[in-house]
Amino acid sequence: MSYLEYRVTTVPHGLRKVLHFNWGLLLLLAAVAGFGFLMLYSVSGGNIDRWSAPQMQRFGLGLVLMMIVAFVPIWFWRNMSVLAYGVSMLLLVLVEFMGATGMGATRWIDLGFMRLQPSELTKITLVMALAAYYDWLDIRKVSHPFQVLLPLILIALPMALVLRQPDLGTALLLAMGGGAVMWLAGVHWLYFAMVMLAGVGTVGAVMASRGTPWQLIKDYQFRRIDTFLDPSTDPLGAGYHITQSKIALGSGGWTGRGFMQGTQSRLNFLPEKHTDFIFTTLAEEFGFLGGISLLSLYALIILFCFASGLRNRDRFASLLTLGIASAFFLFFAVNMSMVMGLAPVVGVPLPLVSFGGSAMLVLMIAFGLVQSAHIHRPRQGGR
Amino acid sequence: MRQPGKDTEESVRRITRRGLILGSAQAGFIALLAGRMRYLQVNQADEFRLLAEDNRIRIRLLAPARGLIFDRQGVLIAENQQNYRIVVVREETDDLEAVLTRLRKLVDLDDALVDRAIEEMRARSPFVPYTLVDRLAWEEVAAVAVNAPSLPGITAEVGLSRHYPLGPDFTHVVGYVGPVSDYDLGRIEDPDPLLQIPNFQIGKYGAEARLEPLLRGKAGNRRIEVNAAGREMRELDRTPGTPGSDVQLTVDYALQNFAQARMAGESAAAVVIDVRNGDLVAVGSAPTYDPNLFVRGISVGDYKALTENKFRPLASKPVQGIYPPGSTFKMVVALAALEAGVISPGETVWCPGFKQTSGRRFHCWKRGGHGHMNMHNSLKQSCDVYYYEVAERVGIDRIAAMARRLGIGTRHALPLSGIAEGLAPDKAWKQSRHGEAWLLGDTLNVGIGQGYVLASPLQLAVMAARIASGTAVAPRLVKSVDGVDTGTEAEPLGISAAALNAVRRGMFGVSNEVGGTARRSRIAAAEMEMAGKTGTSQVRNITADERRRGVFRNEDLPWERRDHALFVCFAPFEAPRYAVSVVVEHGGGGSVAAAPIARDVLLYALHGGLPPLEAYPAEQRREVGERFDALDLRGPLKPPPTDSRSRA
Repeated sequence: MSYLEYRVTTVPHGLRKVLHFNWGLLLLLAAVAGFGFLMLYSVSGGNIDRWSAPQMQRFGLGLVLMMIVAFVPIWFWRNMSVLAYGVSMLLLVLVEFMGATGMGATRWIDLGFMRLQPSELTKITLVMALAAYYDWLDIRKVSHPFQVLLPLILIALPMALVLRQPDLGTALLLAMGGGAVMWLAGVHWLYFAMVMLAGVGTVGAVMASRGTPWQLIKDYQFRRIDTFLDPSTDPLGAGYHITQSKIALGSGGWTGRGFMQGTQSRLNFLPEKHTDFIFTTLAEEFGFLGGISLLSLYALIILFCFASGLRNRDRFASLLTLGIASAFFLFFAVNMSMVMGLAPVVGVPLPLVSFGGSAMLVLMIAFGLVQSAHIHRPRQGGR
Repeated sequence: MRQPGKDTEESVRRITRRGLILGSAQAGFIALLAGRMRYLQVNQADEFRLLAEDNRIRIRLLAPARGLIFDRQGVLIAENQQNYRIVVVREETDDLEAVLTRLRKLVDLDDALVDRAIEEMRARSPFVPYTLVDRLAWEEVAAVAVNAPSLPGITAEVGLSRHYPLGPDFTHVVGYVGPVSDYDLGRIEDPDPLLQIPNFQIGKYGAEARLEPLLRGKAGNRRIEVNAAGREMRELDRTPGTPGSDVQLTVDYALQNFAQARMAGESAAAVVIDVRNGDLVAVGSAPTYDPNLFVRGISVGDYKALTENKFRPLASKPVQGIYPPGSTFKMVVALAALEAGVISPGETVWCPGFKQTSGRRFHCWKRGGHGHMNMHNSLKQSCDVYYYEVAERVGIDRIAAMARRLGIGTRHALPLSGIAEGLAPDKAWKQSRHGEAWLLGDTLNVGIGQGYVLASPLQLAVMAARIASGTAVAPRLVKSVDGVDTGTEAEPLGISAAALNAVRRGMFGVSNEVGGTARRSRIAAAEMEMAGKTGTSQVRNITADERRRGVFRNEDLPWERRDHALFVCFAPFEAPRYAVSVVVEHGGGGSVAAAPIARDVLLYALHGGLPPLEAYPAEQRREVGERFDALDLRGPLKPPPTDSRSRA
């Protein structure tokens, strides 16, 4: 059912929208962000001004943005999708030319009051664009090879720009997030099977080429793979981060070492402890119980989005909600896999917890979209 | 537009199917994450907790204070001196070079040292303390301390380093310490982690080396928490080490000093032993050197001077030097013969000046011969022919057995470096060492302390002490450890009193009766009369040509070829207290070169200080007085009060 088909009168108006706003989701988001404030306070060694306070301000700003986005009808956002995608692509191109450089990568545009990271924005605008595309596309044509090519280009463009920064982690998230929307839209499973086969084949070929004259990747890249597979082979070099991260997690035990008592983070054994590796500090100081609590909160957020998205009869709203949920899932799943030694180290922050303005604001806007889809969903009997 | 209804139903159906598959996959992955979390944090928690502790906790060793060494009066021989050093922490200096420039106005530092320090500090982490200079004078340290506000990052620290206040006197007894070298680490099987401390000092020589396990003590440690960069964040706890045991030696600082001073200018050794309990009261070796040179690290020039000196100052002659004992061995032969019953004290042997055996002449030192000799006179006049005859009668194996019983040719267990075993040769020894049968001529040579027999001054002193006491007294150097006496009761020697008395009386004759070879060195004081025996051991063979030309006056020969002078003695004769042996390398005759030194040292020991001139024969008093006045002696020292023995 497209938005044109249902009577706008069945959708709540004005202040009544507040009643349909999902306060439970807001609470979940606030709880996750609360974990973030706590951990940022801890890793700064008790200095609230360093990371916690700015993060709280951004969360506050994010809340306001979320409300605004949520109360604007979803069909408005559908119409904005192409524009949003275009703007984010433009910003990505701008980063190429006038981006600020930090940590060996060029990812930011300095806006004066904040440093905008367009690649964070793209993670959501890509989902929006794909949802709009599949909303527009005749449902019977989704698996047509030509109609599959266009979304692939939509995904490949930002990926290429992000890879140039270079930021492999975000590029992979874009690919997987885009792929999730394509999967939900009903693209034939053979395409996915082919991509997987190609992936497995590529990995197989790369690994088989090792030591041969036609070796496909450089030696140092092989060493990185080795390090991921067995960090103990290089405990002071590339494997250092992952080894220290696992030590921090494991030493937490059931209940953790206590708030601000984590030796691994306090004594700087952990890298990037306020951004990508913040989960290790949480797990070290609050233990298994703390870690599983955060994971449960994330799971509940996903669960809410799925519950809302699957019941939404509006194709755009449904695809958008499920797409955002999948992207959000990918963020924390990849980050946690990384710090627990299940995936190689790629720079992916923990959503809503890691220190970072762009990611926080973009996620809050994304959940604003989810709320908007929820509020403005077609009601029964609306025909 | 599109067909409503059907498309919508199809869309919802597809999204629901695909969404449920995707959702299940995500739920599965979340379960995997939870499982992984549980595995790391619950199943492997203990292991990772250990690794985390490993990461943050470092153990730093605390060096214990080394045990002190005292003389028998409680005077310090080896102490731990406070040693001031200047330590720089780069990150605490606001401007390293400016601070060092200010420091150089207070402390004299050379350019090369400062340049190297700046270079090394730049290369290291800024928080690592760097020891700029060591062993500063107190005035300089005080100046640095007073100016501390203008010298950020610079601190004066106190450490302990070994010091030997008596300098050269005890070098050959106490030895010295030095920093552990790679060579030491490779050589000794010692897992003590203390040895891994840079520049940790261990005993290198003498008692310091041999008593190392007692003196070193046990390491303490502090557990500190460090961050990832290795910076110390805080101290978790501290376990102080156990200081090494204090050791009191049997030596007497004043007597040792006197012996060293008395031997100055000679290449000589003197050993004074208490005949009642074996205490080594003095173990002198001349020339000597300052052990503190080695503690600091000796310069190449100084070391070369020591190795190239022909008097061999690095050798500890009393225990490492072995010499043919010469006539001092005659008591051994006499006792062996008396115990074997092959001769009686009164029986005489005719000395025509030589003994003819198997076509070879063995000469007596007195060309014209001594005539009829009984045992008493043979010792008194040191007649060689008498001992050729007696040695032939008693046989080498019994002589060797008696030598060992009296302490020659056996290793005495003392905590000193390189103790020589000497040699009491017998038939079996020659067969195994040279593969040749023992000859009668060998026996005759050994009979007068020449040939294969070798003894160290220590062994000669032990021999004299055993003859004097009649007990198998064993030498000891350590009087007490941490105040606990180490003394043991000496066993009886098992030699008949009659035989011992005959030999003792002969020795009395040597240094008291008219015609005795050391009568000039007699003691005039009535209760302190000395019994002794001279020895002169050849270090070369007198050739027939030289004998014909009569060139065997020692003074005409180069120093290296002159005879060694030996003297052993004990006193008082009636109630023996101390036995002394003196060897003067290439000193000439025992009666001239060795006996006067032995007498002075013995009198000093008996008097507990510089002996009065009345103890000497009247005609020698002026000469002795002048000699004493010329000696460079140390003033009296007091043992430190007990509480100041603390090791600060």
